[in-house]
Order: sequence, then C-alpha cells, then structure tokens
Amino acid sequence: MSADLDILAAEFAAQLGEDSVITDRQRLRTYECDGLAHHRVVPAIVVLPQTAEQVADVVRGCAAAQVPFVARGSGTGLSGGALPHAEGVLIVTSRMRRILEVDTANERAVVEPGVINLDVTKAASPEGWYFAPDPSSQQVCSVGGNVAENSGGAHCLKYGFTINHVLGVEVVTPDGELVWLGGTTRDTPGYDLLGAFIGSEGTLGITTKIVVRLLRAPESVRCLLAAFPGVDEAGAAVSSIIADGVTPAAIEMMDALAIEAAEAAVACGYPEGAGAVLIVELDGPAAEVEHTFAAVEQRCTEAGAFEIRIARDDAERALFWKGRKSAFAAVGRISPDYIVQDGVIPRTALPEVLRQIADLSGGTGIRVANVFHAGDGNLHPLVLFDDAKPGEAETAEEVSGAILDLCISHGGSITGEHGVGVDKSKHMSRMFTDDDLDTMQRLRCAFDPAGICNPGKVFPTPRLCGEVPGKHKGPHPLQAAGLAEQF
Amino acid sequence: MPADTIDELGAASEVHRGTAADAVDGMVPALVAYPRSTAAVSTVLRAAHGRGLRVVPRGAGTRLSWGDAPSAVDLVVDVSRLDSVVSHAAGDLVVTVAAGVALATLQEALAPHGQRLALDPVVTGGTIGGAIATASAGPLRYRYGSVRDLLIGITVVRADGIVTHAGGTVVKNVAGYDLGKLYTGSLGTLGVITEAVFRLHPLPEAARWVTVATPDSQRAAAAVAAVRSSQNDAVALEVDRPVPGEPVTIGVALEGIAAGIGARCDEVCRLLGDTAGARASVADSPPDWWGLLPHDTATGPGATLTHEPAALGDVLAQAPGAVRGSAGAGVLAVGLHATRVGEDLDALRVLAGRHGGSAVLRCASPDVKQRCDVWGPVPALPLMQRVKNEFDPEHRLAPGRFVGGI
Ligand SMILES: Cc1cc2nc3c(=O)[nH]c(=O)nc-3n(C[C@H](O)[C@H](O)[C@H](O)COP(=O)(O)OP(=O)(O)OC[C@H]3O[C@@H](n4cnc5c(N)ncnc54)[C@H](O)[C@@H]3O)c2cc1C
Repeated sequence: MSADLDILAAEFAAQLGEDSVITDRQRLRTYECDGLAHHRVVPAIVVLPQTAEQVADVVRGCAAAQVPFVARGSGTGLSGGALPHAEGVLIVTSRMRRILEVDTANERAVVEPGVINLDVTKAASPEGWYFAPDPSSQQVCSVGGNVAENSGGAHCLKYGFTINHVLGVEVVTPDGELVWLGGTTRDTPGYDLLGAFIGSEGTLGITTKIVVRLLRAPESVRCLLAAFPGVDEAGAAVSSIIADGVTPAAIEMMDALAIEAAEAAVACGYPEGAGAVLIVELDGPAAEVEHTFAAVEQRCTEAGAFEIRIARDDAERALFWKGRKSAFAAVGRISPDYIVQDGVIPRTALPEVLRQIADLSGGTGIRVANVFHAGDGNLHPLVLFDDAKPGEAETAEEVSGAILDLCISHGGSITGEHGVGVDKSKHMSRMFTDDDLDTMQRLRCAFDPAGICNPGKVFPTPRLCGEVPGKHKGPHPLQAAGLAEQF
Repeated sequence: MPADTIDELGAASEVHRGTAADAVDGMVPALVAYPRSTAAVSTVLRAAHGRGLRVVPRGAGTRLSWGDAPSAVDLVVDVSRLDSVVSHAAGDLVVTVAAGVALATLQEALAPHGQRLALDPVVTGGTIGGAIATASAGPLRYRYGSVRDLLIGITVVRADGIVTHAGGTVVKNVAGYDLGKLYTGSLGTLGVITEAVFRLHPLPEAARWVTVATPDSQRAAAAVAAVRSSQNDAVALEVDRPVPGEPVTIGVALEGIAAGIGARCDEVCRLLGDTAGARASVADSPPDWWGLLPHDTATGPGATLTHEPAALGDVLAQAPGAVRGSAGAGVLAVGLHATRVGEDLDALRVLAGRHGGSAVLRCASPDVKQRCDVWGPVPALPLMQRVKNEFDPEHRLAPGRFVGGI
C-alpha cells in the first residue's frame, strides 16, 4: 500500500474507530468480489461506516487525496458493480442497517442503505403494507444496492422497478457533501436528479438514506403453475394472456434444463416431463382476480398446458416460487461453472430468440438453461460450462456474447436488471453511439468531475471532464494511463 | 438577424420571422424554425449554436408560460411537424412517437388496439414533447405514475446539435444512465426532445367514478386516507375544492373488468360515505372538473403544491385559491388570484414547508413571474447547475426558464 493510502487509513481509523477500518490483506480478501465471482480485486482499504456523516468523512478524505472509492452493499450484484479498486477504498454499508421510520399513513419507510430488502417488507407487513421491488436475492441484498442497480424482481411486470418506489435519497456526493435528491413528496422542483441517480450503479455518489414507498398489500393473490410440452407453447400462453389486456403481477418461465437443475437443488416437484413451466401470479381486489384467474387458466390450457396446479395457500405458492427463485444457484448442481445473462427482448420475439439460443447451444455444445421474466422479455440464460475443460470457458463467453447480440438485433437491451458494471461495459457501444455515451457521461462529470466514484464501471471509455477540481498537475491519471481521451 | 443565418437554418427547415403569436413570455423571437425530422432539428441547432442564438423549443405552444420567463429568445424551434407515430408494437405494449404528436392523437391511434398511454392530457392540444418537458400528469398518476414512470426511451438533440439517445424500446432496461428522467420536466433547458418511447397499458374493460362531497376538510382527508389504505385498487384519487372554506369533492376512479367493478364501487361508496359523512354516488363518466387545471392554463396564475399524503386535512383547510388534483399522490394544482399571487404563494410555501413538500408557481404572466420567486427553495441546486453547465455550457437553451436561473 502506498504512503498516501497509509495516511488515509490512519485518518479513517481516527474518524471512524479502529474496528471500522480494515487494511489486513487476509480480511480484505472477504471483499474481493461481488456476485460476479470471476472478477476479483483486493481493495487497499475497507471501511465500515455507521452513519451518513462517517461516509461523508471518508469520501472527503478520498476526494482530497484523489483516491478512488467504491460502495458495496451486500455484494450480491451480478455485474461486478461493487468490484473494488486495488488502489482505492471500499465503503461497505453493512453497519448501516437501521430502519429509521415506517409511516404507513404517509405510505413510506425511511431506511439506511445497508437494510436488507426483505426487512422493509417485514417491518411494514404487520400493518398490511409492503415494499414492492422483490429481486430473487431479496433475503440478502441491500436497499442501497437496489437503488444503485434499479433492481427489479418477478413482480416488476405490474409494479415497476426500484425507481418507481423511491421518493428520495440522501447522498454523499463524490466531493463529500450530503445532499437530498427528491424527498418525502413527489415532484420536487428542479431536474429529476433522483431519477437519474437511481440505476447509476454507484458512479454518482453514495446513498446514505432512502425514502421508499410502501404499497398496500393486495386483497387477493392467486398463483398457478402450468406445465407445457415446450417453450413454444408456454410462450404462446404468455402472448395470449397479455393480448387479453391482463397485467399479471408476474409471469415467469423455466425451460427443461432449468427445471432439471431446480429439481436437483430444491426438489420443487414440478410436473414430470415438462419442457417448460410457467408461474403466473395475479393480485388485486378479490372480485377481479377470481374472474381473471379463470381466464388465464383457460389460456394456458388452450396453448397446450398438460397440467395446471393452483396454489391453495401461501405455503403452496411459496413452493411454486421456490424452484424459480433458486434457479441461479441451482444450476451449480448440474454444471461446475455458469454465466448468468440478463438480456432483454421485446416479449413477442421470445419464441424466435429461444430457438436461436437453442441453435447456438446445439452448434457449440454449450448447454444453456433458460429462466426468465417472460412477461417483460427479460431473459436470464444460464450458460453452462466446465472451466476445467480447455477452451470451454472461452466458448461459453462467445455463446454468451452471441446471446446479447440476439437481444440487440431484436431491439432489446444488454441488461434488464443486473446492471452493466464491469461485466457489460464492453457491450455498451453495441446499444449506444459514442455521442450517447458522451452525453451520459456529462451527467457523470456534473457529479464526479474527478472520476473517483466507482471508476471503470458502466462506460467502456471514461470521459474526462472539463474542469477537474483538486490537486491535479500534469495529465489526468486516466489520460496518462491511456484509458481516456480528452473530449 | 443576418440573412446568412436565415439561409443556413432555411437549408434544413422552413423558417419564418417571429410574430406576436410566437412570443414567449412577451418576447418575440427573431425566427421560428419548423424542422420535420430529428436530423433537421440537429442542423438547425448546430447552426444556432454556431451563431450563439438563444433557443426555446416549442410543441403546440400550450405550456410556454410554464416556468420562469427566459432571459432572451432569438429562435423558437417548433417541433410540431415531427408528427408521426413512428411505430407501435402492440404485442409488446410499446410505442415510439415523434415529439410533435398531440397526446390526444396518440391515444386515438392506440385505442383501436385496446391500449393507451396512461397519461392524462392536463391541457388541450398539448404534444408529447410538451408533456415530457413539463412533466405534466393528471389523475392517472396515482396508479401509473407520471411521465417519468412511463417513458422508456428518448431522442434528444443537444444544444450543440448532437443527436443523442437514452433508454431503449423495451420496458425493462438498465443499460446506461436513464437520461429520460433528467429531461422530463426540464422545460427545454437541456436539449430539444424529438422522439420518445413509452410503455403502454391495456384500456380497461370498465371504468367508474365514485364521488362524495363534504364541507369538512378533516373528513375529506379521512375519506382519501380510507381509500388509500383500502384494497380497492383505485387508479385515481382526486380532490376538488374550488373555494377556500367551501365543500371539498373527493373523486375516485376505478378501472377493471365488468364482472368485478360493481362490487368494488359498492365498497368504495361505503368507505367514502362512512368517512365523509355524506352519500357517495357512482357514475360511468368522470365529473366535469376531472383532470382539468383549476385555472386558465395559458397564463394561470397557477401553482403546484406537494405535500405528504397524511397532511391533506391541513392542506385543504389552509390552502388559498382553488385546489384540485391528485390527493392520493400528494400533488395538487392551485389556481391563484392574479392580484395576490405573491401572498398566496408565500402561504402555500409555509404550508408545504410544514408537510415536506414544495410550492412552485407553475405558470403566470411575465409581469407576475417577475415579481415572485417562481420556484422557492430548491434542494441540490448546485448539482443542477453543474448538470446544466455540462449539457448546455453556454446557456443557450431556454436560458433563465428553470430553477436558480438555469
Ligand atoms: C441469486 C441472485 C438473484 C438475484 N436476483 C435478482 C433479481 O431478481 N432482480 C434483480 O434486479 N437483481 C437480482 N440480483 C442482483 C442483485 O441482488 C441486485 O443487483 C441487488 O440490488 C444488489 O444489492 P447488493 O446490496 O448486493 O449490492 P452490491 O452488490 O453490494 O452492489 C451493487 C452496486 O450497487 C452499488 N452500491 C451498493 N450500495 C450502494 C450505496 N449505498 N450507494 C451507492 N451505490 C451503492 C455498488 O457500488 C455496486 O455498483 C440477484 C443476485 C443474486 C446473487
């Protein structure tokens, strides 16, 4: 560690207390990766602040020394967003887990960034309210991470993403100032910086408080599991449900390989011989749901479902979901290694894209398990490989890249909810022109002119900002390293 | 205006000399350009940029009096001829539309497919670009959110003429910064919006409006709270209080399937009746005030008042002027008297300050705006100024129209 970093670590220890600063290499290694485990970097310093003011102190220290910093919540991110910087500080929010307020009369809760997603709902549910964003990782991921990634979940088809459920955030800007974006009411005057901040993957500042919206729990929730001979039939069922003008709370699909993995992992007991299953959930006023549910059931039958199970109670509903929610981890049972993709296609292109993925798989011998949010076309192809076999990892990477090409050529996106991070920044130019990326980075320059807040994420080429405050002499470090051009 | 400027702009677009009808807050622009494509908007802006012209974008011109008065206007870029629905992917519930299309025209195009953009018109004749630039939303925002929540992709021409995109054409997409949010409500100060992509929703099979009136603000607030915490899934929850001290009408819109809506209406009627202490009634068309601003939109004067939902009783009891809007979302429009805008705005700010919100003078005549603080306190203003400096370093786009002189 350089002398600068030593001084910084000592400063942090004085400000936050010795036990909140980690510099021991062995302990630092705990933080070397997030959910995208094949990217690993040991940070120089880890800090574990307990208050917004402490976060601000740390960031001010970093800004003064021009040391990069990265925020980390629970480290479940799947795009390497929380990948540390070797010469930088990792700011971990795991000691900021207080739920500061649950105010159902105002339909909101105020939480610290390290609060676990599911704990918000747990705190609000005694009064019949809940926090809608429900990523499959909701038992462990943090609300701060949800804000950074604009996380979705199975139910975002009807209820939207994190962005639709956050009223305000308190943020430490990259120069160490505490500001509020949004607040406790909607339509705060001025630019919608809150909207632009959510989903910025930790590159515009560190969230230290979040005002989330709470929703009233629906009166009725009905869930069915339908088994189809194959993905074509299941896809047709999805299309006809949507064409009826129904907006289910969720429609999820798994193909045969994904089912096989889930059975091996959690014995979810899905109908035998299914080439694809759909989980369809409806919620809302009982008078509506009953009627619509019958229509959905009918659509599944017409499309060729050979078995339909209807959850009789919450326990059975949880069982239907168990297979789906465990799917990522479950493929570990059928393959030593895998890549999780997150591309999006227009829902109507589903059958065609699935066929093309099958062709890719057939042509390369790389197996692909498909689990996805069928209602909104967000695919999660799991590309299976064995790193021990020479060349397989590379082939898997190629298949994975080709799947993203398919998504883009069908007018979709390279990421629906997992974020760009370090993983997909190289693919950004396939979706956006240089001018588009330059314009996005103007926002970045407004927040972080020195480029020290989670650098190297999201954008393939960093843009140097016009005026760089601080102690710069000579060329910008990124420029010197040949990583950026001055625009 | 030098002739070669007119020639240069004219090469890409029809150009007229500005007339009184083109005035923005009383200022007549030297020129008005009528480009027909994003490329033409780009050429026009590039030329304007090279010559240092101050530019105000315009759709149908229905909301030009919103925001502060710009400090100067040389060129109005009228996008009303970018008027095509570019593509409608009905099966995907997504539409791509040029900025100059009137919202009503778009809805007409979508209706035969049983779909709609879940956004109320707010003003008559307004365009999509105008709706985005002013972040206008009406009653449906309670269930569907406002423009920002429906917009999934956007094309914007920057002050220097560069054409840029953000977002995409699928609903679920987190690639890159969501600049659509930043442009929404920016009143033309960051770029000229030329195209937008929206997520759509199915048209409901059945819709009903349940209303009740009460002279008591606290009872009105209790009625609204009862609906908010019920499980009836209202799509809109509005109040209308035309005169301080006079009765408040509460309006609830329900949408859904014909088979279920009757039972839900009965339940909402009962809730409203019990809490408001008056008889509620059901209609199959909205009340005549529904979704309209409580003042003349052209000049107002009108304010937007936001508040925490539970503060509604105090707001209804104390707010001056004519109050109407989405009590469910905590966003109300207030019609003010031209003679006492300053005092009333102050009173609204005291009220908003008490309840976590803000009061903004949404629209007024230029002389009124000159006498008032249009925006009130703006948190994070320095960051907003930095954003403006990055997107429009020379402050040529609608200069002075937005918060803090942006
Ligand atoms: C099994 C599994 C299932 C998943 N399912 C879903 C799913 O269904 N939907 C979905 O959207 N995602 C899903 N994810 C991805 C992941 O859980 C989400 O992205 C989650 O929001 C990340 O939260 P985290 O606390 O783990 O953040 P981290 O991984 O710690 O960080 C993620 C990003 O957020 C930034 N960050 C974290 N905290 C802050 C803060 N306070 N301020 C600023 N930036 C911050 C980091 O710098 C990083 O860029 C899944 C992941 C796993 C492992």
